[in-house]
Amino acid sequence: MSMFNIFHISGSAVSAQSQRLNAVASNMANADTVAGPDGQAYKARQVVFQSVLAQNGMDQTDVGVQVVGVQENQTPGRRVHDPSHQLADADGYVTYSNVNSVEEMVNMISASRSYQNNLEVMGTAKSLLLKTLQMGQG
Amino acid sequence: MLNRLSDAMNFQAQALTLRAERQRLLASNIANADTPGYQSKDMDFAKALREATSPATTANSNQTLTQRTQNALQSSLSAMTSMDSNTVDMDRERASFADNTVKYEASLRFLNGSIRTMLDAMKSPNAA
Repeated sequence: MSMFNIFHISGSAVSAQSQRLNAVASNMANADTVAGPDGQAYKARQVVFQSVLAQNGMDQTDVGVQVVGVQENQTPGRRVHDPSHQLADADGYVTYSNVNSVEEMVNMISASRSYQNNLEVMGTAKSLLLKTLQMGQG
Repeated sequence: MLNRLSDAMNFQAQALTLRAERQRLLASNIANADTPGYQSKDMDFAKALREATSPATTANSNQTLTQRTQNALQSSLSAMTSMDSNTVDMDRERASFADNTVKYEASLRFLNGSIRTMLDAMKSPNAA
C-alpha cells in the first residue's frame, strides 16, 4: 500500500503519454503522403485513454491510465487538382492525408508536459520513501 | 507501560500514514490529467486525522486505513470545465502535491525528533 503504488500509477501514465507521442510522431511523419492506387490516404491517429482502477476493489485512490485503442480521424483528406501528378486519379485530383500539423504540435506539447509532470511525481515519491527509510538514524 | 513510549509518537505516525495516502491520491489525479471523463478527488486531511487520533472513537479504531481514506474523499473544486469532462486542474494538483510533500517531510522530522528524544532519555548518564 502507501506510497509504493505511486510508481505503478505514474509509470502507467508515463507509458500512456509516450504512446501518445508515438501517435503524434506517426502523424507528423505521414503528413504529406498521398493516396495510393486504392484511393485511401493516411488518416490521422489518436490514442484513447481510460482510467484503470486498482485490482483491490474498494480502493479508489489507486487510479492508473491505460491506452485502450487507437482512433482514426475520418475527415476526408485534402484534394488538390493536379493532373500531371503521377498518382492523380481519373479526374486529375490527388488526395493528401488529413493530418493537421498545428494540432499535432499542440498535442505533442501537451503530451510532453504530462510526461514531465508524472516523472516529477515519481522522483518526489522516491526521495520521500528514501528519507522514510532513514528514519531514526543519524 | 510500553504504550506510554509509543503514545507520544502516535499522532505523528498517523499523520505520516495519512499524508502518504494523500500523496497517492494526488499522484492518481496527475496521472489521469488527460483521461476523458475523469473526476479528480482530494482527501479532507484534517477530518481524517481527527478521526484517526480522537480517543472517543475506539469503536472506529478497527477501521482500516483504506476505509478512513474513503470516508474523507471529496471531489476537488475545479476552476474551469473542459470539453471532455475531465476535472483535473494541473496547477492545483501540482501545488497540492508540493504542499503535501513538505508536510510529509515535516511529519518525518517531528517523528525523528521524538525518537531521538526518547533514545536520549534511555541512555544511561555518564556521571554516576
